[in-house]
Amino acid sequence: MIENVLELAGVAKRYDAVVAVDALDLRLQTGEFLTLLGPSGSGKTTTLMMVAGLQQPDAGTILLNGAPVTRLPPYRRDIGMVFQSYALFPHMTVRRNVAFPLEMRGLPKAEIARLVDEALALVKLPDHGDRLPKQLSGGQQQRVALARAMVYRPALLLMDEPLGALDKKLREQLQLEIKRVHRERGISVLYVTHDQEEALTMSDRIAVFNQGRIEQIGAPEDLYDRPATRFVASFIGDTNLLPGRSLGTSAGLCDVETAGGRLRAAVRAPIAPGVGVVVAVRPERLVVRPEGEGLSGTIVDVIFLGTARKYVVRLADGTECIALRQVSDPPLDLGNASVRVSWDIAHATAFEA
Amino acid sequence: MEARLRLDRKAWLLLPAALTIGVAFLLPVGWLLSRAFTDPQPGFQNFELLWQRPVYMRVMGNTLWIAAIVTPVTVLLAFPVAHLMAHGSPQMRRWLIFLVLVPFWTSLLVRAFATAILLQRHGVINSFLLGFGIVEEPLPLLYNITGLLAGCVQVLLPFVIFPLYSSMARIDPAYMRAASTLGASPVRSFFRVYLPLTLPGLVTGATLVFVSTLGYYIIPAMLGGARQQMIAQLIQDQIATFGNWGVAGALSIVLLGATAVLLLLLQLTVGLKEIAR
Ligand SMILES: Nc1ncnc2c1ncn2[C@@H]1O[C@H](COP(=O)(O)OP(=O)(O)OP(=O)(O)O)[C@@H](O)[C@H]1O
Ligand SMILES: [Mg+2]
Repeated sequence: MIENVLELAGVAKRYDAVVAVDALDLRLQTGEFLTLLGPSGSGKTTTLMMVAGLQQPDAGTILLNGAPVTRLPPYRRDIGMVFQSYALFPHMTVRRNVAFPLEMRGLPKAEIARLVDEALALVKLPDHGDRLPKQLSGGQQQRVALARAMVYRPALLLMDEPLGALDKKLREQLQLEIKRVHRERGISVLYVTHDQEEALTMSDRIAVFNQGRIEQIGAPEDLYDRPATRFVASFIGDTNLLPGRSLGTSAGLCDVETAGGRLRAAVRAPIAPGVGVVVAVRPERLVVRPEGEGLSGTIVDVIFLGTARKYVVRLADGTECIALRQVSDPPLDLGNASVRVSWDIAHATAFEA
Repeated sequence: MEARLRLDRKAWLLLPAALTIGVAFLLPVGWLLSRAFTDPQPGFQNFELLWQRPVYMRVMGNTLWIAAIVTPVTVLLAFPVAHLMAHGSPQMRRWLIFLVLVPFWTSLLVRAFATAILLQRHGVINSFLLGFGIVEEPLPLLYNITGLLAGCVQVLLPFVIFPLYSSMARIDPAYMRAASTLGASPVRSFFRVYLPLTLPGLVTGATLVFVSTLGYYIIPAMLGGARQQMIAQLIQDQIATFGNWGVAGALSIVLLGATAVLLLLLQLTVGLKEIAR
C-alpha cells in the first residue's frame, strides 16, 4: 500500500488579485483523517476543489495514490466528495442516488444492489431507499450524500463543511457517525471546517490555514498545547494573550517583561532582547490564588459553566485574562481585593508580536 | 383551508374578467362550435364531410406534421440560449432576456414581414449567398416549408426559452460538480442529471409551441406556400370565402379537441401543477 494517498507539492491558485492558495505542500497518509481548519476565505475550499479537479491549480502538482492527477478532470480521479449543500440529485430516489457512481463505473446490476444496501446500512438508512431527497431531513440527506460518496470505495473522501447547514445537536451526532464510518471503512478523509471544536473532535491531524498558507500541521493535542504561531494559539481554543517585551532567550525559554511583572515562556526559536512579544496561556492552565507567586490582579467576574467556573481577572496593567477552575475547587470570592495569577512555565508560549 | 375560504369570499373580484371572457370569447366561440352540429341542418354531416373530402384530411395532417417539426427545432434552438441565460454571467443573462423579449414588443405582422424580407428571392440571405458565390441561383426560401418553419420557430422561441430558463435556473450547479466527482463524464452527467431536471420546462415549452403551431394563421398565410396550408387557414377560407360556418365549426372542434387531448396527456405525465409553478 502506498504510504501517502495524497501529496500536494507547491500548489498555488489565484483569482485575479486574490491569492487563494499559496505554494501549498501537504501529505495525507493512507487511512488518515486530516482536517483543513481556518477562517473564512483562507483557501480551504479552493484546496479541496483542486484535489477534486473542480479547480485547476496555477502551479504545483497533485499526486493521488502516487500518480499525478493535476490535469485530470474530476471524473477520472478516484475520489468521493461530500458537499455542504448535499447536492443529492433531486429527481432520483435515495437508492438511485447511491447507485449513480456504481452505474457510472459499469458494475453489474446485482453487485450494485448489494453495494447500495451495504452503504445505506452503514449510514443507518436501510429503509429509506425509495424516498426522494426532499422527503428526508437535512441530517438524513447528508448521510445519503456520505453513502453516495463512498459506496465505490474511492481512494480519498473529500468533505467541505458537510455539517455546516445542520444544528448543533445533529452536527455532534453526525461527527461521531462520520468518525465511525471512517474507522469501519479505513477510508482516507480530507475534511474542511472552520469549526475548531469539530476539527479537534474528528481529526487525526489538523492543518491550520491562514491566508492561503498552512500555519501549522499536527495532531490536535500538538496544536492545542504547542501552537507554532500566535495565529494558531488564538484560533484553536480559548487563550490568554499577554503583551510584553523579550529580555532574551536561553535553553528554549524566553524571559519576558510585562506590565504586571517578569515571567518566562517557551519559545520555538530564540527571540532577541527588546523585541515585542505576546505570551499565550490556556485558561485551564492559569492558577488563581489569593496570594503567592505570580502576576497580581483582581477578579472582576465569575461565570458558572456547569463543569467549571470561569474567572475574569484584571491584571495590574488593565489586561483581562480568563482562568478556568473545576467546580469541585472551592470558589474564589468576587470581592477578593487582590489575587495572584501564575502557571507552569511549560504551558506558556511566547511569540513575536 | 383558511386561505381557500378567504379566496372564495373574494371571488366576486373575478367578475369583470369573467364577464369579458364570457361575452367576448365563450359566447361567440360556443356559437361557432355549435354551428358544426346545426348548420346547414342538425346532425353530424359536417364531421362526415371532414372525413370524406381528402383536402380536409390533408390539411389536418399537414398541420400536425408542421407542428411536429417546429416543436423539436424550436426546443433544440432554445436549449443553449436558456442554458446561457440560467448559468451565464449576470450581464449575459440581462442581455439575453432583453433580446428575447424585444420581439414580444413587436407586432406579429411586422415580424412576419421582416422574416419575408430576409427570406425572399432577392432578400438579405439570398443576396449574401449569391454575393459570396455560395450558390448560383437564389434559394427558394419563402412561400414554402422553409419560410413557414423559419417564421414559426422565430416567433415561438421565447415560449420555450422562458419555461426552460425557469427550470434551469433552479438547477444547483453543485449537481453537475457532484456528478463529475462521482465519475460521470460531461456527456453522461448532461443526460443523466441536467436534462432530466430541465424536463418540466422543456415539456411546458414544447407543448406551448405545439399547441400554438396547430392554430397558427398569420405565419402560414404570409410565409408558407399553398402546399403548407394549415387548419386555421382552412377555417378562415370556409367562413370568408364559402360562408360555410358548419364545416368551420367542425374544424374548430377538431382543433380544440387535439389541444385538449394534448393538455390532458401533459397533465398525466408532467402535471399542470408543474407548469403553473
Ligand atoms: N470563484 C472565485 N472567484 C474569485 N475569488 C474566489 C473564488 N473562490 C474563492 N475566491 C477567493 O479565494 C479566497 C479563498 O477562498 P476559499 O473559498 O477557498 O476560502 P475558504 O477557506 O473555503 O472559506 P470559507 O470558510 O468561507 O468557505 C477568498 O479570498 C475568496 O474570496
Ligand atoms: Mg469554503
